[in-house]
Amino acid sequence: MNVSITLQNTGDARAIIEAIAADNPSAKIQSFPAMVKIDCASRLVIQRRTVEEKVGRAWDLQELHLSLVSLSGNIEEDDDAFVIAWR
Amino acid sequence: MSTRALGPYELPSRDAQANFHGNILVFVHWEDHLSFCSAVTFPLPPDMPFGALLADVLPAHYGKHPDWARADLGEARWLLDGRDFTPDPGRSLADQGVGHKSLLRFWTPGLTGYEGSFS
Amino acid sequence: MAAATSAPRRLSLKRKYAMLTRGLGWETTYQPMDKVYPFDRFEGIVIHDWDGWEDPFRLTVDAYWKYQAEKERKLYAVMDSVAQNNGQLGITDARYLNAVKLFLTGVTPLEYAAHRGFAHAGRHLRGVGARIAAQMQSLDELRHAQTQIHTLSHYNKYFDGLHDFAHMHDRVWYLSVPKSFFDDALTAGPFEFVTAISFSFEYVLTNLLFVPFMSGAAFNGDMATVTFGFSAQSDESRHMTLGLEVVKFMLEQDPANVPIVQRWLDKWFWRGYRLLSLVSAMMDYMLPKRVMSWAEAWEMYFEESGGALFADLERYGIRPPKHHDVAKKEKSRLSHEVWTILYNYTHAAAFHTWVPSDDEMQWLSSKYPDTFDRLYRPRYRMWREAAARGERFYNDALPQLCNVCQIPMAFTEPDDPTKIAFRESIWRGERFHFCSDGCKDIFDDEPEKMSQSWLPVHQIFQGNCGGASIEDVLRYYHLNIGADNLDYEGSPEQELWDAWTADRRTAR
Repeated sequence: MNVSITLQNTGDARAIIEAIAADNPSAKIQSFPAMVKIDCASRLVIQRRTVEEKVGRAWDLQELHLSLVSLSGNIEEDDDAFVIAWR
Repeated sequence: MSTRALGPYELPSRDAQANFHGNILVFVHWEDHLSFCSAVTFPLPPDMPFGALLADVLPAHYGKHPDWARADLGEARWLLDGRDFTPDPGRSLADQGVGHKSLLRFWTPGLTGYEGSFS
Repeated sequence: MAAATSAPRRLSLKRKYAMLTRGLGWETTYQPMDKVYPFDRFEGIVIHDWDGWEDPFRLTVDAYWKYQAEKERKLYAVMDSVAQNNGQLGITDARYLNAVKLFLTGVTPLEYAAHRGFAHAGRHLRGVGARIAAQMQSLDELRHAQTQIHTLSHYNKYFDGLHDFAHMHDRVWYLSVPKSFFDDALTAGPFEFVTAISFSFEYVLTNLLFVPFMSGAAFNGDMATVTFGFSAQSDESRHMTLGLEVVKFMLEQDPANVPIVQRWLDKWFWRGYRLLSLVSAMMDYMLPKRVMSWAEAWEMYFEESGGALFADLERYGIRPPKHHDVAKKEKSRLSHEVWTILYNYTHAAAFHTWVPSDDEMQWLSSKYPDTFDRLYRPRYRMWREAAARGERFYNDALPQLCNVCQIPMAFTEPDDPTKIAFRESIWRGERFHFCSDGCKDIFDDEPEKMSQSWLPVHQIFQGNCGGASIEDVLRYYHLNIGADNLDYEGSPEQELWDAWTADRRTAR
């Protein structure tokens, strides 16, 4: 069962999308006007450190709220990772 | 089931017949002509003869459709509230069981809408 | 001194959130808790331990203000830019703006109603974690209403039909569809309200409203709508997780909750789906440049995402909502049936409709190969011919309405798109009509409540809407007759738009 996340097509979100692609080999990325939908098989993780590498500065995981459009799956959030998964 | 509520939940029906100033609401639908998007609602006196519905009310509404000129209401098949029904033009709506919020559906034989599209 | 040199350790996110949601709550002693929280028992939901509540997004108050402020700064920078740069001229076509009118008059007042509803839930749920999430959502919804009203205020300067949205929301026939949906939720208990809005509406269904439709707004050059849309939707993810958490929490707390939750999921799936049928018409008919069809969006966001969600909930004994199979069968005709309603009654609406162009019909035919050419293309041809004769078709009689969803009864039998689905119940000697088994089930479950529907057609015939003629009723609605209503073709709006964009067309 896929989980998914949809992000705005903005500069802020680009680093997050790149980080997701790097950390989730099964990620399927689809572009639509103004937004990007990413599907993964059963689990998707956003690692704070990977996003920091892409964006070149300290990045708080909760900055995700500024770019988020939608998601599908149960979430688990701490200081270092944001995980979407079905149990 | 009944409504889950904090206390008694008893209110008069909002659409009781008494609220319509002597009229009843009658819903009418000409089958196979869906360019009229749905059945329509007519507020009618219950003692109105069925013939007046056929001669005045329906033509004024459905006359815009190219099929209407060929519609033979004498041959139409009717359902009143889900049961087969043969209207008597001389008797009133109420006399033959057309009540408040009754639904009348009718089919005009041979007519299935513009170019047979059910529209 | 060691204590002075080591910086205070930063609390982890989990710890911070636990301190907010557990540390700040208390058991009352002067008054029993049941009197302090009088509304969270009558629905029958049994909660043994509020500490079993799992916090979804762990947003603390300081972080909430920080990120919401940032969202607002971004949004109003765009809104100012739209206003300063005549953003209204950037849209693909003025016809498009009629979808925005439906959104702003139909959905925006619901944002405000949601603000009220979540303020109520945020007061009356006993658990602190749930209360804080509901209170934040209440503030979010107020923000959504405000940003949308600012957008409305801009478009109101250039387009018709937006001048009195609050007055219209309480009166106009098609706006009774969203209004009655939310009134039903607001008058339920706090658990049903949160299940209805956060879970069924936001988690399961609003993706269809905000995601493909807002993407469509972007595709059609509507910067203002995309901006408020995505800004609102960024909060929506938090609301969705609240909805899922509330549902899982109730299911985990007591087996007796399972049938109650299932009944709510059945009811609110169907009510939300019927409400979103308006969006199907917006997507398939009102976007000059189209992103995806309603059927495709339904497959992506309900059949796929919803399917995974309900598979996940199966372990609690929950099945997919009743009648979801009917929604699947309806997907290739829904938008056409709704557009037919809107076209029939555009003379009584504060927006315009039109017959789709040849190109648009080609697109519709390619997206709906099984139904469009057979059932709907001839209908539009007939209407186009009538309009060419100067007899643009309007339906002069008032429609039969479904007693639950309040939409004209235009929906067809699940297995026959040529026959209207008529369903009825007789309750206390009175006949009630429904468009579907889904709406009939809702009535039969709570007939005392649903027999209170304020059905616009019946209200007109009871003499409660300004008079007996259509003009009387339109004046009661505060419609500007001849400007807000009627076909786009020949409207003052079309004339203005054509004048504004004349140089663009000659330049081509």
